[in-house]
Amino acid sequence: MRAELFHSFLKIFLSLIGAVLVSACASPRGTGDLGIIIERASGSVQVVETTHHTRLARVPGLGDLSHASAVYSRDARYAYVFGRDGGLTKVDLLRRRIEKRIVQAGNAIGGAISQDGRLVAVSNYEPGGVKVFAADTLELLADIPAGSGDSQRRSKVVGLVDAPGDRFVFSLYDAGEIWIADMRNPRQPQVRKFTNVGKQPYDGTVTPDGRYYIAGLFGEDGLALLDLWQTEKGVRRVLDGYGRGQQPLPVFKMPHLDNWAQANDIAYVPAVGRHEVLVIDQKNWTEAGRIAVAGQPVFVVARPDGRQVWVNLAPPDNDTVQVIDTLSLKIIRTLKPGKAVLHMEFTPRGEQVWISVRDEDRVDVYDTDTLERVASLPADKPSGIFFSARAHRIGL
Amino acid sequence: MRRPRHKTGIILAALGALWASAVCADLPASRQSELLHLLDQDCGSCHGLTRRGGLGPALTQEALAGKPAVTLREVILHGRPGTPMPPWESFMSAQEADWLVQVLIQGKTGAR
Repeated sequence: MRAELFHSFLKIFLSLIGAVLVSACASPRGTGDLGIIIERASGSVQVVETTHHTRLARVPGLGDLSHASAVYSRDARYAYVFGRDGGLTKVDLLRRRIEKRIVQAGNAIGGAISQDGRLVAVSNYEPGGVKVFAADTLELLADIPAGSGDSQRRSKVVGLVDAPGDRFVFSLYDAGEIWIADMRNPRQPQVRKFTNVGKQPYDGTVTPDGRYYIAGLFGEDGLALLDLWQTEKGVRRVLDGYGRGQQPLPVFKMPHLDNWAQANDIAYVPAVGRHEVLVIDQKNWTEAGRIAVAGQPVFVVARPDGRQVWVNLAPPDNDTVQVIDTLSLKIIRTLKPGKAVLHMEFTPRGEQVWISVRDEDRVDVYDTDTLERVASLPADKPSGIFFSARAHRIGL
Repeated sequence: MRRPRHKTGIILAALGALWASAVCADLPASRQSELLHLLDQDCGSCHGLTRRGGLGPALTQEALAGKPAVTLREVILHGRPGTPMPPWESFMSAQEADWLVQVLIQGKTGAR
């Protein structure tokens, strides 16, 4: 009897100690300096911390992550990862595990989270369209098939972003259209369609203030511009004919319009089929110049303060990153991080940039002031890098 | 005088045969793995790592069934005008494109 009593006391005592130890390990922390790195070949993401350049965990089981991207919940705790195979995976950065995963289509390209954080939308290639899910449960709320006009043929959807007013805006690659879905009633989206916006919009983005939606065109020189403050004005073509009739060069990797690179009313976008970055005066949306770069630009991203623009390039020049000074519009440094530079992500205030170097199985961290490498982390075929600061930015 | 010339001819012919067999047979292992890497990673960015498609069409064994190998080689080397498929001839020879076509048709997977 006595021994039994002693035993149960001991058990309670030990479990109390255990509980204390566990809570000590999982001491509360914020997520503001966390992020994920997509490991495209192994279907995993790394959870990383940017303050000390630490790899916190690897979360496997996310499927085919070739061309994967991510958005964040408004509390910046969960990353929603959009995989090529139609997978939508909600990853908990604090517990470092998959919270929920669904496969919602056959073939997907990316997604967005609504202004109020309640809805996650995915743009699909197959079957072409947009599906909208509840951010907390990933329950399907709406399905918007991207069929144009009377045609039964569905279009691949690209360039899906969120915009103020709980709207999602996206482009139809095959049909050459831009659609706005008003999601104030999530189960009954109101869709407004803009047709004949240009040939083969390949990606789209929204300005950081949420006012302008811009789709890049692959099938012709130019961009399609929609003023979301005055949608009745319709879609305008800007910078049309920037190739001046010259035969475009082959494009061995599609450019991306991830986040709109701007500084002082000037924006920077990749030209398609030209080894140039186009400079746009955003006051009147005309060309303000062009900057020759070492190859076909893929990502053209501005440091958060807009003082620099960093550019990576398509094969065969994908070992190179070039840094543009936005005062002089000159390239101030050409870096050679290694084979297959795929993505660049700035820390929230831009003192450092993380660069994935796929074929070297590395992510390099550069100081954006000295332009020197300050750290390097191993990663398995890294591609996209997404930091949690995206949680609070329109369009990301 | 005649004999040596004859010998040279034999040597040249033998060398030629060796060269031919080297080209027609499998490519060097190192080049094969480079091409498989290109297929998985660079072709994969439009056609998917698992070749099930993306902006570009699927390149699985089933998707390519019935398509003539020579057509596939021409598309790889010269691209498809009007689509984002670029010409890859600056990255590989015609023989190497033929080899990649066989990899695709047979549904072989690379060392991802």
